[in-house]
Amino acid sequence: MQNTKTQDILVGLFVAFGIAALFFMAMQISNLNPLSKENVYTITARFENSGGLKIKSPVSLAGVRIGRVANISIDTSSFESIVEMHIESQYQLPDDTSASIFTAGLLGEQYVSLEPGGSEEFLEPNGVIDITQSAIVLEEVIGQFLFKETAKD
Amino acid sequence: MAPFISTTLLAIIIKIYLIFKIIDSMIHFFQSLGNITLSSFAKLGRSSVFLIQTLTGILSVIPRPALLFKQLYSIGVLSFLIITISGLFVGMVLGLQGFNILSDFGAEEALGVMVAASLVRELGPVVSALLFAGRAGSALTAEIGLMKATEQLSGMEMMAIDPIKRIIAPRFLAGVIAMPLLAALFSSIGVLGGHMVGVSMLGVDDGAYWSQMQANLDFQDDIINGIIKSIVFGFVVSWIALFEGYDAMPTSEGVSRATTRTVVNSAFAILGLDFILTALMFGDI
Repeated sequence: MQNTKTQDILVGLFVAFGIAALFFMAMQISNLNPLSKENVYTITARFENSGGLKIKSPVSLAGVRIGRVANISIDTSSFESIVEMHIESQYQLPDDTSASIFTAGLLGEQYVSLEPGGSEEFLEPNGVIDITQSAIVLEEVIGQFLFKETAKD
Repeated sequence: MAPFISTTLLAIIIKIYLIFKIIDSMIHFFQSLGNITLSSFAKLGRSSVFLIQTLTGILSVIPRPALLFKQLYSIGVLSFLIITISGLFVGMVLGLQGFNILSDFGAEEALGVMVAASLVRELGPVVSALLFAGRAGSALTAEIGLMKATEQLSGMEMMAIDPIKRIIAPRFLAGVIAMPLLAALFSSIGVLGGHMVGVSMLGVDDGAYWSQMQANLDFQDDIINGIIKSIVFGFVVSWIALFEGYDAMPTSEGVSRATTRTVVNSAFAILGLDFILTALMFGDI
């Protein structure tokens, strides 16, 4: 009887440790936030060039991540890139917010940075950001720089 | 004239003999090929029937959880130590190697992502499944094979107890339950081992280690897929181990061969399935 008891205790400890490890992976490694999934609204921005932006790239406001890129597609008539973003619904944005694509660090991943304007009206869900600035493509910048340098000589 | 005829005759006889010899060896080749094909299909069929019987047998385990706990002890608890120690060392090695490579690019902060992603996606499920096959799978095969060799399974059938329900199904279920828990332990301990080497010994920033990891690993894409992988591996390893034991020749040599086959086939199955699962989950194939 004693033997079965210790065995049961060890099995219980094993299962508890295993489940604790699963929780550790969810919380500490992937930073799971179960509430953030549902409470989002979608806004769209059109960019001339969305550069290296990917689905799930961060969307930040004043340096704080407030959402993620949900989808990137092409407008077949204007050949612009349509970037759909999921913004956490606790953050309301003015409807003259502008969006730019920046790079974190020199070679880091690209993210959407939102600059709020001064409007009193808030951006509706499924709203469109009109003022956008495209991604800075490093090759173009270097090309322009070299062009200017050679023009000087 | 006569010697000429006799030499041509001799040559013809030799040719005919050689042709027969070649035909004979070809027949032999096709016979052995057919034999291998048939026996491997027969084994595949037996193992499928065995799997279906086991899966239906699981229903009869539910009212008797004591059987399951006993197997969870011998499969899970006794594998705990080897899994955690291996996880710790794999994580520490990843931390050390990752630091050496990443510091060349001045990106030591990405150490946490590297360690966690490689553990959660690949090394955790795969290495723990390989260890599980070596530690628990071989023991299962030897146990079942010896039960068969000593006619304990037939004895049970004589007493109208279905050995699949009583012996096989609890072990199978315990394997499927224990494997994801062991893989989760392996990955978690590995991440802590990488933290120990990277942060405590090599001086990566503690905040960067965790925050980069949390920013780049997704619960759905990384953690859940890793768990699905380990469940699949647990299923396959338990299936192979139990079937090889159940199908073993009831001799000491047969049991030893079956044990070897369990480890080898499990390793093949794990690594092959890992590629397929990775391609389905993370690749755009």
